Amino acid sequence: MTTATQPRRAAPAPPPRPKKTTQARTRRREAIALVMPSLIPILVLSVAPLVIGIVLAFTDTRLVRHPDFGFAGIDNFVRLGGNSLFWDSLRIGLIWTVGVTVLQLAAAMGLALLLNSGLKLQGLTRVLALIPWAMPPVVVAIMWQMIYSANGGPLNAFLGSIGLPDGINWLGDFNTALPAVIVVGVWVGMPQTTVTLLAGLQQIPTELHEAAAVDGAGAWRRFTAVTWPSMRPIVSSITSLNFIWNFNSFSLVYVLTAGGPGGKTMVPVLFVYLEAFKNREIGYAAAMGLVLVIVVVALLAIYLRSQFRGDRPERGR
Amino acid sequence: MRWSVRPAQYLALVLYLLFLGFPLLWLISASVKSSAELNSLSVNLIPSEWHWDNYGEALSRQGLLHSAFNSLLVALASTVLAILISVPAAYVLARLKGKLRIAGVTWILVSQVFPVVLVILPLFLVLRTLGLADSLVGLTLVHTTYILPFALWMLQGYVAAIPVDLEEAGAMDGATRFTVLRTIVFPLLAPGVVATAMFSFVSSWNEFFFALVLLQSPENYTLPITLTMFIGGEGKVALGPLAAGAVLAAIPSIAFFSLLRKKLTGGLMAGAVKG
Repeated sequence: MTTATQPRRAAPAPPPRPKKTTQARTRRREAIALVMPSLIPILVLSVAPLVIGIVLAFTDTRLVRHPDFGFAGIDNFVRLGGNSLFWDSLRIGLIWTVGVTVLQLAAAMGLALLLNSGLKLQGLTRVLALIPWAMPPVVVAIMWQMIYSANGGPLNAFLGSIGLPDGINWLGDFNTALPAVIVVGVWVGMPQTTVTLLAGLQQIPTELHEAAAVDGAGAWRRFTAVTWPSMRPIVSSITSLNFIWNFNSFSLVYVLTAGGPGGKTMVPVLFVYLEAFKNREIGYAAAMGLVLVIVVVALLAIYLRSQFRGDRPERGR
Repeated sequence: MRWSVRPAQYLALVLYLLFLGFPLLWLISASVKSSAELNSLSVNLIPSEWHWDNYGEALSRQGLLHSAFNSLLVALASTVLAILISVPAAYVLARLKGKLRIAGVTWILVSQVFPVVLVILPLFLVLRTLGLADSLVGLTLVHTTYILPFALWMLQGYVAAIPVDLEEAGAMDGATRFTVLRTIVFPLLAPGVVATAMFSFVSSWNEFFFALVLLQSPENYTLPITLTMFIGGEGKVALGPLAAGAVLAAIPSIAFFSLLRKKLTGGLMAGAVKG
């Protein structure tokens, strides 16, 4: 572990600085000079689109040659209320997001604990663990299409060889498509989570475990009493990030199933994309996108609140 | 650890390795199988005969090489832009306390919450007005936007790891801040910048969604888009060349990440694990 991995706690109070010295003023000016060249592109490239995106949600903009930005008030949102397909996709999106996030965490925690218990094959596992995360999503999707293939795919061949039904069209069957896509999501996201958790595990002082062992705690008791509590901040931050990324992930599902069969894997970002670029309803799609943002933020708030019961999260002031 | 636990642990580890590694092995195996073997329903991980023609065919098909070149251009340009913009900003973000820092961190987090599909709408409208929608220049700008938060996040972690004392020592000797930056901070930051640049490059190289929305003309396609064009209708897929193309597309990312494993996790961790 390099020093870069040390969690940075709130810095100790700085020594009282003499106020309004020329030195302080130069410091400010230097800081502004440093930040200016980067602030303008950041504002233009990322803050502006966010703001305009929100504004678009209240217009009836369509994707035609010369769009006119007509103010539409909350019409889009009213219309959205009656759009059952959108709410269906939101439900599917939540199953996808929660499923992938929870399974990712469970699988990654298992692997991180294994690696932390000093087994051999560490190097191999670490390389293998980062590869899924590094690969282009399109390639991942192509790869898993081959694995799941109904004619001659290795998964069906394996199931057949142990006497189970082997003609399943995993990505094309109404009942198996969503679970199959979730497994791919876990495959992609697990490695990065494993690496993060492993770094956290390695920061737990071994004395704690030894003390617990001396007190006669078994492996499970040591996990619940020592490992889990020390890992909680890391778990909640990585889970929050994974939740956001999974909810917003597009490419994997788009290439794997394009939302099919029969809309069974139509995650909301896919739905919004089709609304904007196939139905050409930019304003309406922006309203949907805004609803997605609100849903994610609300769910995150609920999750983080449950994590920090009693102890208030650090507030930068 | 009692010894009886070990075999079970190794079994679990092997299962993990299979889950993580098998799909990749299967892809590589499919890329060197003959079409006859791919179409016969035999399932062998090791091909009966190694058949390298798929690679040649993939490279000659549908301008795969041309789109790889497009990907390369866009990835290089957006990486350079993102690094130039984020190095000074990351320094300030890591070193200065107060409103600016809070604003910066908040923006990084907020930018993650917004789905790209919402952000692309205004970008698309603006780019179309400028006549840049279906162009590599437009895609480069969008990729820069997409990479910025990650680059900033990683870099500020690397800056935070450089002890402030070093800078203060420099300042004691009467050097101006910019001299201190040039002679002390940047040399120490260089490895972090390299890691961030590689991460940025791979992010752009792999990126699919923005390319899908923006690029209309086949001569502008990037590699991921061209690959999806390989996937024809059901049953019309030339599996061998598709697998070969997919392997080629994955090579840069896998190479970079294998090289930079330690550095990268360090940088991402510095941002990710905040007590």
